[in-house]
Amino acid sequence: MIETTRTIPRLISTLIAALCFASCFSSCGGIQNSINPAGPNAENISRLWWLMFIVCSIVFVFVMIALLLALRKRTTEAADRVPMLEPSEESERRRRNVVISFTTITVIVLFVFLIASYSSGRSLRLNDPTKNGLSIELTGHQWWWEVRYQDVDASNIFTTANEIHIPVGVPVMFSLRGADVIHSFWVPNLAGKKDLIPGKISTIWLQADKPGVYRGQCAEYCGLQHAKMALWVVAEPQEQFNAWRQNQTQQAMAAASDTQKRGQQIFFSTTCVMCHAINGTPAGSNIGPNLTHVGSRQMIGAATLVNTRDHLAQWIRDSQTFKPGNRMPQNNLSDADLQALVEYLQSLK
Amino acid sequence: MFKRISHAAALRRNVKPAGAASLRRCVSIFLCLLCFSACKREQRQFSTPPATFKSYDVTMSDIRPGVGGLPMPVQNPADQHAFDANEGKRLYSQYNCSGCHFNGGGGIGPALMDEKWIYGDRPENIYSTIVEGRPNGMPSFRQKIPDNQVQQLVAYVRSMSGQLRKDVAPTRNDSMNARRSEQRTEQKTPQQTTAPPQ
Amino acid sequence: MSHEKEQKNISHEEAQKTQNEVPTGKPSKSTITDEELAEAMRQEREELEKTWARPTGVWGWFTDTDHKAIAKRYIVTAFVFFLLGGLEAALMRIQLAFPENHFLNPDRYNQVFTVHGTTMMFLFAVPIMTAMGIYFVPLMIGARDVAFPRLNVYGYFVYLIGGLLLYTGFFLNTGPDAGWFAYVPLSGPAYSPGKRVDIWAQMITFTEISALVGAVIVIGTAFKMRAPGMSLNRIPLFVWAQIVTAFMIIFAMPAVMLASSFLASDRLLDTHFFNPAEGGDAILYQHLFWFFGHPEVYIIFIPALGFISPIIITFARRKIFGYVPLVLSLISTGFIGFGLWVHHMFATPIPQMGQSFFTAASMMIAIPSGVQIFCWIATLWGSKLNIKTPLLFVLGFFAIFVLGGLTGLMLASVPLDLQIHDTFFVVAHLHYVLIGGSVFPLFGAFYYWFPKWTGRMLSERAGHLNFWLMFIGFNLVFFPMHQLGLNGMPRRVYTYLPETGWGTLNLIASIGAFVLASGVLVFIVNAVWALRAGVIAGDNPWGADSLEWSIPSPPPNYNFHNIPVVQGRYPIWQATTDAPIVRGLNTKKRETLVTSVMDAQPELRFDIPGPSIWPLMVALATAVTFIAGIFTPWAFLVGAILAGITLTCWFFADPNYENKHARETGEKSEKVAPRAELQPKEV
Repeated sequence: MIETTRTIPRLISTLIAALCFASCFSSCGGIQNSINPAGPNAENISRLWWLMFIVCSIVFVFVMIALLLALRKRTTEAADRVPMLEPSEESERRRRNVVISFTTITVIVLFVFLIASYSSGRSLRLNDPTKNGLSIELTGHQWWWEVRYQDVDASNIFTTANEIHIPVGVPVMFSLRGADVIHSFWVPNLAGKKDLIPGKISTIWLQADKPGVYRGQCAEYCGLQHAKMALWVVAEPQEQFNAWRQNQTQQAMAAASDTQKRGQQIFFSTTCVMCHAINGTPAGSNIGPNLTHVGSRQMIGAATLVNTRDHLAQWIRDSQTFKPGNRMPQNNLSDADLQALVEYLQSLK
Repeated sequence: MFKRISHAAALRRNVKPAGAASLRRCVSIFLCLLCFSACKREQRQFSTPPATFKSYDVTMSDIRPGVGGLPMPVQNPADQHAFDANEGKRLYSQYNCSGCHFNGGGGIGPALMDEKWIYGDRPENIYSTIVEGRPNGMPSFRQKIPDNQVQQLVAYVRSMSGQLRKDVAPTRNDSMNARRSEQRTEQKTPQQTTAPPQ
Repeated sequence: MSHEKEQKNISHEEAQKTQNEVPTGKPSKSTITDEELAEAMRQEREELEKTWARPTGVWGWFTDTDHKAIAKRYIVTAFVFFLLGGLEAALMRIQLAFPENHFLNPDRYNQVFTVHGTTMMFLFAVPIMTAMGIYFVPLMIGARDVAFPRLNVYGYFVYLIGGLLLYTGFFLNTGPDAGWFAYVPLSGPAYSPGKRVDIWAQMITFTEISALVGAVIVIGTAFKMRAPGMSLNRIPLFVWAQIVTAFMIIFAMPAVMLASSFLASDRLLDTHFFNPAEGGDAILYQHLFWFFGHPEVYIIFIPALGFISPIIITFARRKIFGYVPLVLSLISTGFIGFGLWVHHMFATPIPQMGQSFFTAASMMIAIPSGVQIFCWIATLWGSKLNIKTPLLFVLGFFAIFVLGGLTGLMLASVPLDLQIHDTFFVVAHLHYVLIGGSVFPLFGAFYYWFPKWTGRMLSERAGHLNFWLMFIGFNLVFFPMHQLGLNGMPRRVYTYLPETGWGTLNLIASIGAFVLASGVLVFIVNAVWALRAGVIAGDNPWGADSLEWSIPSPPPNYNFHNIPVVQGRYPIWQATTDAPIVRGLNTKKRETLVTSVMDAQPELRFDIPGPSIWPLMVALATAVTFIAGIFTPWAFLVGAILAGITLTCWFFADPNYENKHARETGEKSEKVAPRAELQPKEV
């Protein structure tokens, strides 16, 4: 009995140690990490996080110490001790004072949190729309992201999927729509999340201050493949971004080699054409991701697989292995046909 | 760094899930044990099942279903699964069937929600219509739509005139609804018509 | 003698008389010897035994109205659901132990996590908390049964049918798969074909009916059936917690029934409540759901606070510090709990001004929680503690719940919530709050009240092992999840890619899950062993203060031979040797005393209905209505007729023979009156 009760403080100190350990741990990097901010938005929230984390840790340690001190006096006596029904006035008063002062401290801490939270929330708002350099319309589908770059010049509007390029240091405005069910757009390194709700348009802005690749993932349960509905945000210097954008507005490259031509033929004569579009060709369906520049993307399958020839071939043949339940059917193509098709798709840079 | 790991890992991952199969077996044991009929209507098959019916040649002769020399009616597996019928409904609009047949009332193409059938109301008839196409504008979707999706479409097309069980037929979708949902459509008795109705 | 006359008001003087006759201390007329007294008491108890006899066998199982029997059934059933929910949790932890694991396919995983959440919320937590109330509220306030014993039977069967419906569906691959919150449009007709979500929606109806029934019973019992002397300011904290919970249930549950009925109607009848294209709104569902969903957390948590106070009082052997602040904290938690629901929806496009209000409200609720924690620590402070297993679980509660409460503050802040909302951080938070805040006190309560239920003690040694396994296991499972959430792992994912780096922490969590499960296993073994071979407990093994410990363990069917007159907040500790008792209740029929709400002044003698088959029949009619309602709307017409018939029988065909017989033969207080002057030995 005595041994086990002595382990309470030991265990609680382990817990505190674990907390400290966690705090060291949480500062480590990662491309999908909310406390490794890479933009003003996430930076802001992570400051708030550290404030609350530190204050809360202190409160926790404090309460636990108070609890441990309260456990000092023990007894294993039988249950027939005389109960203390009328403790002395003075001890009651002392307790009352302590409880009242602790409650006051609680209220003060809560006010600090409230003000910190509110001011942090205010700075998340983008007050200066003229600074707004880029506007992107993001549509959530089961289970991929449709990305449409808006522009005043209609010929500069283009659509891509699951990969968002943004210039470094420029706030990017997103308008979010849900095509079927509710999804949530979340790139932890850059900003908090925002739901994409059918029938509503919500907006969020984010800005990357450091070039790099940041991974985002759907954060609202959206059905079978909620787990594999991810996207990449590629933050790059302005010139690089302009070049990428210039390329994206172009129509698809024409099939050059014979293999590519054969691949294109297969694309048009099989299931591919029913769902996917390739600008500049008759393929114009918008059920699946737009494949005009699929060869230039780093990932396929909503950031499930790295875009290599092997992966693409496996994905086309049987995407259900990687992402069971996704909307892409299995395709029973011959090896040669499959290779030609992959060759063609990879050429769409 | 990220890419390299991902590549290797993804290759390793390209293995058929064994657990899923045994799980499915467990589930089917449950089904047998409990002998409950509703269960199979909830099955969701993500990999293409072997096609249980194939197209048969449609001859443009006078012999029509319902007159004699009928082929044996073939069961469409998708007819039994609510999930498949619902997928059929999704594909119906995504593959733009509604472009000609509208919400089933017809327009450019014939109506699908009424009792009149030109090329037969059996699942295999509809299957052929989709896969082979028909004169006067119905294109052939051979190779364009995989077999299991055609089956789903067939199930959905039949649900439009109330041919499926009520607990399989789809309900309303999240859009402007032009008609009663398939689940609430009364079952129509199929009739053969000879000419496309104008 | 007519029924109405029988229940006539006892005049104040008469009540005073019945109370005052006895407490004089010495038998005024010494014509009765001790032997005669004992014999008279024995006879009276025999009569009570006969009057309150419970039907036996299978028939008894369906008709018994004894609140203790019903509550025990509730507790056992809910515990079985707890184990099932735990098994589902284990399946999920196996699946998530490694990246890209193929143990469960996504379809099955989604069903498993949905059923896990639904089970734990609706089939375990709420019913077991209500059940504790149904068992102990009458015992703690000195009543012979609950206010509506037959309604109680109905509530249990409806709950059981709801649970069976969900699990039948689940085992038939028709388990709901849209999450326990079933957000539209995903749960709507277009994206959840089949009957899976319908089963969820109707299961909600069943469990909510049962919860509402339980709430009505608790309120009726606690307000009108308290023993004389137990004025509002003497009600045990356990009962206060139950009252607050019951009121919360009454205001919260209709919202979710509305939401689930709208959903069912959208799915079955082509209505457009949640279809934006036809003027419906997907966010409306979220408001309705969370208007219930957040109070639900407190509905689960507040009864647990009610377990903590008596355990602390007993093992500190000291009056509780701050009775009034504790009660006011409970009540204010109940109120504020209804003003927080939007903090589940901060990521939806809701105006920022509105969100700020909910941030403030969410933080405000930390104040009553803080006050309670401080009061309890102040009670423990300086007391000589007898650290037995129940108290150990309460101490575990402090460690876990305080941490969970603090992470709750983080989630209340809009900007921070935008980062950690719907991540594993929330999973960690909610389990810290619900397991720490509810399950740990509940296990403490199991150890504390097991002797009262069964007459035998659970093993202390196994209890300590149980606690440490659960405590360590729990922290192993859920502490790493905070980190996972910050590292970007969203909730409700059936797998994750290896390159995300979430593997290690997930593996730790999965190992922890088995440690936690082994703790629960130890409890089961302990309970089974104690049932057969546990130490005989006696009436009051812990030397506790409240009325349930003044009667034998397990309690007799009629609970109290003589209803006591309460002399303070701690009835047993404060009872004087010449404590007054209530005399004058008929022993030939099921009768209990109705008292006034504020001061518990005696008002009526009240007939308690006895066993009846009709509550079960009404429950079956309800079941037919709602289960067939999944398939056809005509079920509601047929069901209404069935319910009408069965309800008519319930109200008119009264087989409560004891009461009827007593009324007809005119047996009433006359025989009882002379005994009123007897001096009872037991108090």
